[in-house]
Amino acid sequence: MSNASFQEKRILTTGNYACAEGAITAGCLYFAGYPITPSSEIAAYMSRRLPQVNGTFVQMEDELASITSCFGASYTGKKAMTATSGPGLSLMAESIGLGVMLEVPTVIVTIMRGGPSTGQPTNASQSDVYQTRYASHGDYEIIVLAPSSVQEMYDLTIRAFNLSEKYRIPVIVASDGIVGQMMEVINIHSNIELVERKKPQVPPEKYKPFEAFDDDLVPGMAIAGTNYSFYVTGLTHDIEGDPQMTPEAAEVLIKRLCEKIKKARPQINDWEEKHLEDADTVILAYGINARGVPEVVEQARQKGYKVGLVRLKSLWPFPDELMERIGQMGVSKVIVCEMNNGMIIREVQRFQHLFTVSGITIPTTIPFSPKFIYEKLIKEV
Amino acid sequence: MNPSDQISIPPEALGHPLIDMLNLNRFIFCPGCLIGTVITSITRCLKERGLTSKDYAIVSGIGCTGRSSGCFKAPAFHTTHGRAIPFATGIKLANPKLKVIVLSGDGDLFAIGGNHFIHAARRNVELTVLCINNNIYGMTGGQVAPTSQIGDITSTTPYGNVEPPFNLVSLAAASGATYVARWPGYDTLRLQKSIFKCIDNQGFSFIEVLAPCFVQYGSKNRLGDAIEMLEWLKKQIRIKVDWPPHQATFDFKRGIIICGEFVEEEREGFSKKVEQVRIKAQNKKISRRIKDSE
Repeated sequence: MSNASFQEKRILTTGNYACAEGAITAGCLYFAGYPITPSSEIAAYMSRRLPQVNGTFVQMEDELASITSCFGASYTGKKAMTATSGPGLSLMAESIGLGVMLEVPTVIVTIMRGGPSTGQPTNASQSDVYQTRYASHGDYEIIVLAPSSVQEMYDLTIRAFNLSEKYRIPVIVASDGIVGQMMEVINIHSNIELVERKKPQVPPEKYKPFEAFDDDLVPGMAIAGTNYSFYVTGLTHDIEGDPQMTPEAAEVLIKRLCEKIKKARPQINDWEEKHLEDADTVILAYGINARGVPEVVEQARQKGYKVGLVRLKSLWPFPDELMERIGQMGVSKVIVCEMNNGMIIREVQRFQHLFTVSGITIPTTIPFSPKFIYEKLIKEV
Repeated sequence: MNPSDQISIPPEALGHPLIDMLNLNRFIFCPGCLIGTVITSITRCLKERGLTSKDYAIVSGIGCTGRSSGCFKAPAFHTTHGRAIPFATGIKLANPKLKVIVLSGDGDLFAIGGNHFIHAARRNVELTVLCINNNIYGMTGGQVAPTSQIGDITSTTPYGNVEPPFNLVSLAAASGATYVARWPGYDTLRLQKSIFKCIDNQGFSFIEVLAPCFVQYGSKNRLGDAIEMLEWLKKQIRIKVDWPPHQATFDFKRGIIICGEFVEEEREGFSKKVEQVRIKAQNKKISRRIKDSE
C-alpha cells in the first residue's frame, strides 16, 4: 500500500499518531470524530492520511453523531473508527449499546484524561476504566484493550480492529493522555495478520441477520449494497431481526451477546507477565502506570524479594483465568497499582480466596514513580 | 386475545402490489395513521425507478415512525433516538452509490436529533429525509413536541403549550437543504413526485409530511377521529408555487398550512466533496506540502 509516512521499519512518533497509523494498517477506511483533548491528534492525522488511501474522514457535529456514523459506515463493509476522551465517551454511551445490539464492528479509541466532568483535559488518568466497561445501559459484555506504550498504540489498535471484526462488537482502546501524547521509537512490522468479519453463510433468501451457525455464536454479517435484505434494530430482537417483547427473547438474545464474548476470553485476554514461576508477591498494573513497575520488580528481586509482574494489555472481559492461574502458582499477594480510586482492584478482589489483595490506588494524573511503588512494596512484603 | 389465537394471514395472500419490497408483518401503525401511506409512497417511487434492495438503505430513529424502517425489505436500520441522520451519513459516505433514505418523526429529527439535521443539511449530504410530522410524541404517550403549536394540549402541557414551534421548512432551508417540500400525507401523488426529486437530487433533500395523530394529538385537542382529523387538516392546506420557505406558514389556529416545494437548488453533494479531498490528498505535491508544514 502507499504508506507515505510509515515506510521505515523503525520510526519516532507519538502514541496518537501510532494509533491512527495502526488503524490505517488495519484497513480502516472511515473515521468520524469530534475534537477533544487529548485525543485530537488522531483525528488530525486521519484527516490527512485517510483520503490518501481512498478513505473517508469527517469531523461530525458531536460524539453522538461520530459513533453512529461509524456504525453506518461499518454496515457498508468498511472498517470504521472514532477517537475521543472521557467526556466524549460519555456522549457515546447510549450508542455503544446500539453497537452491541446491532453487532457492528467498530473501534473506539478513548484517550483517558482527568475527570469527573471537564476534569483535567491535558492530563492523563485511568479513571475511565469502569466507563469503558459500563458506559451503556443494559446487560452486555465489551472488549477493552489497554496500551502502555507508543508501540502498543500501534499494535493494539490493529488488534482492536481484528477483535471487532471477529466478534462483531465495538472494541475500545483505552489509552491515556501520556501514552497518547508521548513520543517513542516503534517498530512497524511488515506482515500483520488482519481479520475480516464473517460473511453471511446462507443465500439472501435464507438469511436471518442474527442467526449464529458456529460455536463462536457470531452471526454472518450482511452489508448494505449487496443482494441481502436485513433489518437490524436496537430493540430486543429474534434471529430474524424482528422486535420481540417477550421475556424469553430477552434472555436468548442477551445470553448470546454476552456469551460470545465471555467464551472467547482465552482468545481476547492479553497480558505480559514476569517472574511468576517463583513469585510470592505480584504487582498488577496496566497502561502508562505499568511503565515503572519492571524496574521496581528487578530492584526488589536483587534485594531478594520474590516479586513478579503482571501487566494487563486487555482489561475487559476481565482475565479470570489469569487470576486463577496466579492463585494456583502459589502467589500469596497481589498488589494492584492504578491511577484511580480503585477499579481493576475490585475485579482482583473477587479472587481473595486465592491470594490477598492490596492496592496502590490514587486518583492522580501522573503515573507512580518506581521509587514510590518500591517503598510501598517493601512495606507490604 | 392471545396473539397465537389470531388467524394468521400469509402476507402473500393479501395481494399487496409491493409485497416484494415490503414486510407487512412489521406494520404496527394505528389504523388511520398516514405512516403506512408514506412507506408505500416511498416504495412505489423506488420500484418505479427500478431500484432494488441493493441500491438503497432505509434508516429510522425512535418513535412511531422509527418503527417504519422494519417495513422495508432492504438494508433497514432502526437506530437510537435522534441518530438516524448520522447513521445514514456514515452509510452514504462509506458507499456513495447507495440511495439513503431517512424516515423519522418530528421529535426524533428536530428535538433530540436537531443538531444532526442542521449539520447534515449544511454539509448537503446526499440523503432523502422524510419527517412524518404529527406535532406530538405519539409512541411515548402524547407529550409536547418541538412542532406542537402554542396552546396545544399534550400530556406534558395540560394547561396548553407555551413554546412556539419550529417551522421545519424554514429551518431546513436556512440550514442549507437543497430540496425542501411540505405535503399532507394523504396527497400521495404530490408526495411521490417530491420523493422522485429527492432520489434524483445530489444533495440533502427534505420533505415534511403532515400525518395527524388522532390517538394522541386529536384526542387531547378534541379534533375527532382519523377521518375527521384528515378533513380538518385538508381545510387548512394551501398549495403554493415558488413560495419563499421563510413564509411557509404552519398555523393550526389561523387554519393555514402552506404546502408545496420551497427549495430546489443544485449544489454539489458532500460525498462528491469528500472525493475531491481524496484527489487532492493523492496529489504528491500537495500532500508533501501538508506534511512539511506539520
